Amino acid sequence: MLRYILKRLMIMLVTLWIIVTLTFILMVSIPGSPFNSERGTNEAVQANLEAHYNLDEPYIIQYLLYLKSIVTFDFGPSIKQPSQTVNDMLGRGFPISFELGIMTIIVAVISGVTLGVFAALKHNNVIDYLAMGFAVLGISIPNFVLATLLIQQLAVNLEIFPVARWLSPAHMILPITALATGPMAIIARLTRSTMLEVLTQDYIKMARAKGLSPWKIIIKHALKNALLPVVTIMGTLLASILTGTFVIEKIFAVPGMGKYFVESINQRDYPVIMGTTVFYSSFLIIMLFLVDIAYGILDPRIKIHKKGGE
Amino acid sequence: MKLANKTPNSSLPPSEVPDEWFTWKEQDRTASEAVSRPSLSYWKDAWRRLVKNKLAMAGLVFLILLVIFAVFGPIFSPYDVNRQDLPNQYQPPSADHWFGTDSAGRDVFTRTWYGARISLFVGLMAALIDFTIGIIYGGISGYKGGRTDNMMMRIIEILYGLPYLLVVILLLVVLGPSLSTIVIALTVTGWVGMARIVRGQVLQIKNFEFILASKSFGTTTSRIIRKNLLPNTMGPIIVQMTLTVPSAIFAEAFLSFLGLGIQAPFASWGVMANDALGAILSGNWWTLFFPAFFISFTMFAFNVLGDGLQDALDPKLRK
Repeated sequence: MLRYILKRLMIMLVTLWIIVTLTFILMVSIPGSPFNSERGTNEAVQANLEAHYNLDEPYIIQYLLYLKSIVTFDFGPSIKQPSQTVNDMLGRGFPISFELGIMTIIVAVISGVTLGVFAALKHNNVIDYLAMGFAVLGISIPNFVLATLLIQQLAVNLEIFPVARWLSPAHMILPITALATGPMAIIARLTRSTMLEVLTQDYIKMARAKGLSPWKIIIKHALKNALLPVVTIMGTLLASILTGTFVIEKIFAVPGMGKYFVESINQRDYPVIMGTTVFYSSFLIIMLFLVDIAYGILDPRIKIHKKGGE
Repeated sequence: MKLANKTPNSSLPPSEVPDEWFTWKEQDRTASEAVSRPSLSYWKDAWRRLVKNKLAMAGLVFLILLVIFAVFGPIFSPYDVNRQDLPNQYQPPSADHWFGTDSAGRDVFTRTWYGARISLFVGLMAALIDFTIGIIYGGISGYKGGRTDNMMMRIIEILYGLPYLLVVILLLVVLGPSLSTIVIALTVTGWVGMARIVRGQVLQIKNFEFILASKSFGTTTSRIIRKNLLPNTMGPIIVQMTLTVPSAIFAEAFLSFLGLGIQAPFASWGVMANDALGAILSGNWWTLFFPAFFISFTMFAFNVLGDGLQDALDPKLRK
């Protein structure tokens, strides 16, 4: 187990280093200085600005400074809004995005697992077909399309929910629904197929023979084992929810990190782009690592499998 | 030997049946060897199973229609994709403008088919490039095995950890938004999934006896990979390709929606949905409905077709 964790840790560090280096190379290779667009600055001012942001140093020094700033978690000031540092933006935006993300995951997991279990129990029944049709539809409708449709129908036409912003629980329902539908559908399909497989196993028959109540069998014996594959896709789902927050926050005017990220892209605010990308990626890569470890701990078969596979 | 000439109303016990009731019949040896039913190849069999899947067939028909409209639709429209006609902005769907007009008076019907061209192009190109790189990388890694495989898999594990859309966004910021950069950005990390699948398949199949037989005949490695391994790994690869297309279509629409993909005057479903965002508050539903409908249904069609193919190509996995 320890060897496995160490191996995953090494891979994680290399991935992190690649993303950091990649952001640096990409930003350096962009033609022109970020100050080119500011008219009326003379050359002295431009040189001063570049010195302030260390843009006049050789690339290798810039790279080392950049690595140092990332290790110390200091992403420097924004170029377009010099009064704000990237850390300020992250500090303000991240809690909101985190709130949105966490609630989305909770909603997606609970509704997805419920839907999948019911579909599996009513296998080849109308409920099964309805649930799975709904799930494929949920996978197929892009979150930003669903978000705009929800605004149009529920907020503008029926006026049930507020159109945008992030103030009260009522404001949260539409963004969370739009963001959670896709992951929910994926979880529902996966839960259904693993449940169907688990329900045919001998230990389920055994539990039935012992005379356990159907619900106890489903929850304690079947679901516990059926949920393992769901753990493995949590990493991918987290990534899709996280990138989904960009558009959802843009559409619903939620003042989270995604909003800053999209704005920084449109304004070509490089320190903010680099900072948020590195932050997002590190967050995701660490999450993937934790998911991997959790899976290794939860599933005792993985060790045997590893031995057999190598 | 067969019994013949049985008299219908004989009630004699078997021991008293006279010999002349029996005759010798020549057995037709060629007839018994004849094949009664045309033999089904793997692909024909898979096709037969696919046709039975109504949802997958509906998806396939939708996609065929979409391709036809994407190619020929704009020819029959009297309107130009990007021609603005401000006096006629926000016309509801009518005989003149089947899908209505948008904020700049452009014909939504014409723009929808141009959007279809872009979406299909991005989806198919991404799938094709993933396929090419994935097959070469995964094939070598799986077939060589040992240290080569170990090295190549480490690289994949590292790339796999990179957040896909973030890398794509980063690349687009640097390369500048255009159709070809979208395809490049999508495939830079997209091939990894395909390579993993090919490698897994090759690893499994390369130990089968028919490969050993091929080797003992002195077949070259490249020929074994091309003629023995790849055709037998095709099932999961085709399924993976069918599922790559909708994710690439989604990525293009997502990026265009964020303003990083196809740029504004050009029509792409993502651009159209983004344009419509301001219009829905005023109740001009058609500007959003048509791109939204076609993005969702194209992805839906590819997803159900992929599911159907999975069932058809790999009946063992069927649940």
